[in-house]
Amino acid sequence: MTIGVSPPRLEAGDKATGRARYIDDIRLPGMLHAALVTSPHAHAKILGYRLDAARAIPGVKAIVTGEDLKGPRSGGIIKDESMIARQRVRYVGEILAAVAAVDGETARRAAEAIEITYEPLPSVLSIDAALASDAPLLHEEQANYIKTVPSGGHDNVVFESSVEEGDVERAFRECDVVVEGIWDTQAQHHLYLETNGCVADVNTAGRITLFATCQSVHHIQQRIAEELGEPMAKIRVVATRVGGGFGGKHASNIHSIAAWLARQARRPVKLTLSRMQDFEIQRSRHPARIWLKTGARRDGTILARDAKIILDGGAYTDESPAVLAFALLMVRGPYRIANARARGQVVYTNKLRAGSFRGFGNPQASFAAESQLDELAAKLDLDPVELRLKNAMRPGDTAFGGEVVRSCVLTECLTRVREAQRRAAPLPPRPDRKRGLGYAVMSHVSGLMGTAANVQLRTDGSIALATGCVDLGQGSDTVMVQICADALAVPIERVSYAPQDTDSSPYNWKTAGSRSTYMTGRAVAVATVEMRDKMLEHASEMLECAVSDLELRPGGAIGIKGVPKAIGFKEIAMRSLYQAGGPIAASHGFVFDGPGFDPKRASIHRLAFANLGVYTFGAHCVEVDVDEATGAVEVRRAWCAHDAGRAINPVSCEGQIQGGFVQGMGYALTEAMHWDDQGWLTSVTLADYKIPGVLDTPPEINAIVLEDPDPSHPVGAKGIGEPSLVGAAPAIANAICNATGARVRQLPMIPERVLDAIEWR
Amino acid sequence: MSNKLAIELNVNGEPHDVLATAATPLLDALRTGLGLTGSKRGCNHGVCGACTVLLDGKLARSCLTLAVDVGERPVTTIEGISQNGTLSPVQRALLDAGAIQCGFCTPGFVMALTELFAREPAPDREQIRAALSGNLCRCSGYVKIIEAAERLAAAHAGEHQ
Repeated sequence: MTIGVSPPRLEAGDKATGRARYIDDIRLPGMLHAALVTSPHAHAKILGYRLDAARAIPGVKAIVTGEDLKGPRSGGIIKDESMIARQRVRYVGEILAAVAAVDGETARRAAEAIEITYEPLPSVLSIDAALASDAPLLHEEQANYIKTVPSGGHDNVVFESSVEEGDVERAFRECDVVVEGIWDTQAQHHLYLETNGCVADVNTAGRITLFATCQSVHHIQQRIAEELGEPMAKIRVVATRVGGGFGGKHASNIHSIAAWLARQARRPVKLTLSRMQDFEIQRSRHPARIWLKTGARRDGTILARDAKIILDGGAYTDESPAVLAFALLMVRGPYRIANARARGQVVYTNKLRAGSFRGFGNPQASFAAESQLDELAAKLDLDPVELRLKNAMRPGDTAFGGEVVRSCVLTECLTRVREAQRRAAPLPPRPDRKRGLGYAVMSHVSGLMGTAANVQLRTDGSIALATGCVDLGQGSDTVMVQICADALAVPIERVSYAPQDTDSSPYNWKTAGSRSTYMTGRAVAVATVEMRDKMLEHASEMLECAVSDLELRPGGAIGIKGVPKAIGFKEIAMRSLYQAGGPIAASHGFVFDGPGFDPKRASIHRLAFANLGVYTFGAHCVEVDVDEATGAVEVRRAWCAHDAGRAINPVSCEGQIQGGFVQGMGYALTEAMHWDDQGWLTSVTLADYKIPGVLDTPPEINAIVLEDPDPSHPVGAKGIGEPSLVGAAPAIANAICNATGARVRQLPMIPERVLDAIEWR
Repeated sequence: MSNKLAIELNVNGEPHDVLATAATPLLDALRTGLGLTGSKRGCNHGVCGACTVLLDGKLARSCLTLAVDVGERPVTTIEGISQNGTLSPVQRALLDAGAIQCGFCTPGFVMALTELFAREPAPDREQIRAALSGNLCRCSGYVKIIEAAERLAAAHAGEHQ
């Protein structure tokens, strides 16, 4: 009833009228403004600080530098980070000090007045430089860092991992055709329209409340407690509306600084980043170099694939081990390849750290893997779609790593986009352009970690729902309410949804990993059904009738089957509050419990996680026009089919697919962060870093939402947040090759690279 | 600071006094001076369009407009678009099409479309795309924003027949 329909988003009215409150819209009484001192060196020892001039400026209320930090290093999988650099800086833009003052201008002047002396060190700015035998070491103390999984790290290698199935060497000897190549991908910035920021407040007892634009209030709470050395009970984190995240607001970095300054000044502190700072100190997608080799029999049966992936992790580990492990698991592709091997490393470099970004290693792996699939098809003289269909995974097959996949609609996704493309009227030919079609398929996962939901029945029979899932714009608030309302057969207006606040929201790991609808949605469904059962027991006593004879009536009532007699939720609530039973509520929490990897094997391969989630599948078909004189590529139309399990809100699903595809188009064609030979990031404005505008985007991005209900979810849903980005770059690369015969193996596929490829075809 | 001047701005049909230096952008005067936080700072370089307002009925980047330069020209911000709590047709169309995701760019898109529909009640797809070419959105891929505008244009075209 409320599932499978697309009501306007709950908060859309506030967003359309300017009422929605984002982080920079918050102003507290007595609020100070923070400014940051950042490193002008890519790699240097910090020799000393002079703060006198800054302290002397009227209006300066607090200053923090690396010298003030005494606790252990923090971070995720490998604890090598510090909220402010200590002893050494490792990238241009790394935070060295922060100031809080009565207004932003005073804070900035004070930040400029802080003098820091350095001893510059030789820097490492590329994968090759990091792996050179005489490379300067970025983290000499690496062996002593606290690690939550064994890393295999040494020298400038942060992490090493490998996965192998079958006998790759022997299988290659049996192949009739082998293709091999190297692919290079760039650093992409998330470019959420709202830059990162937070506001920290402190009460008389020293308890800190921090407002944040973020992907998880619980993660930030934990990080601040760790970095400030405070118990979590003294840290409260509240989410504001979030102006986009895409993984870039996934791991905490600036929040502890604001909290520290507020604690020191005993006043609220706002710390928001300018667009340039956001580019310099947030995160990027990992640049990657991927060597890939695939072999097949003459009939198109793929027998073997071998991959080596090296990721440039930047100056700190962040999510790198998990990104690498996921890239290794995805590089085999959603195919039946019995003999596969993937080996990888992440290296430290003196650049902004790379981290979580929509796709999480899969876009890099799939760009190489799906491009090579077309090369293999060409060499076999087979149709690339037929080659994919021949080798595609089907229900019951195992994904790379050993997980058995129950729900799999890969072949349907591929045939649906092919049929849709064939049915579409041809575009008028353009004599000065070469036109081509390209396909790519992808798998991804939806799951990971823990989450929970709370529901309660209010006095008037309406429902209060709370989860820890922060809506980044993808529409999870509305989806959670739709799932809850559906289980109770009430309109969505009868369910309220609480904003995320660590004081009241049940735990949620993060809005990440395409997991909200699958994980938190599951918790909402189970908790709501549990509360419904309690309401049925009340109704059974009130109507003097067995529970099995009762039914939900639309609009908020429980009635006797076949009889008009019914009682409303309000009467049930009243009874529970004033007569018998007590308030009616339910909660459900769980950790992803699906099939995982053999734990011993996961540990040996350093997979960084024991289980991931349920697998999802998708396929893209892209039509491009290429100007062979200039190398310019224009995406004319796209057809993108993705498995939503069950689409709770079909319009939101389409929005995810279209938006993800366009972010993937940016990755494919225009977006790149550039560092100069001194390690300075030179692409620091929206004029230098080009994301797709409306005129760069095809008017037709046909989103096809397939529904193959997943058996592990009460309503069958799976996540579709990330996969739509994954297929864009390889589909476009394949379309360019289809149009011109030129194979581009480096992202972004800017005109110069396309022209080069045309010259060498 | 002592170099601030008191200036009068006509915003959403009402006069407001606000303190500004010679260098204060209109965006800051609106957001900080008047508490009108609906106009967003996405880039502060005039690229993203999230700060768009109407200045004398014409689109303007409030991050690149100096407050002291506004003079008597009426300023319309996102807060002035819906009247008495009723969404404007443009806002309604964006809601109904599912064109709003994170919403940070939305005020700018509302302003751009409001200006377009004021001069052209039934624009075609190319006019819509041209009118939105100064606004960046990172969530939607623009498809549903264009759909919303096309539906509104079709409704207007129907009314005129």
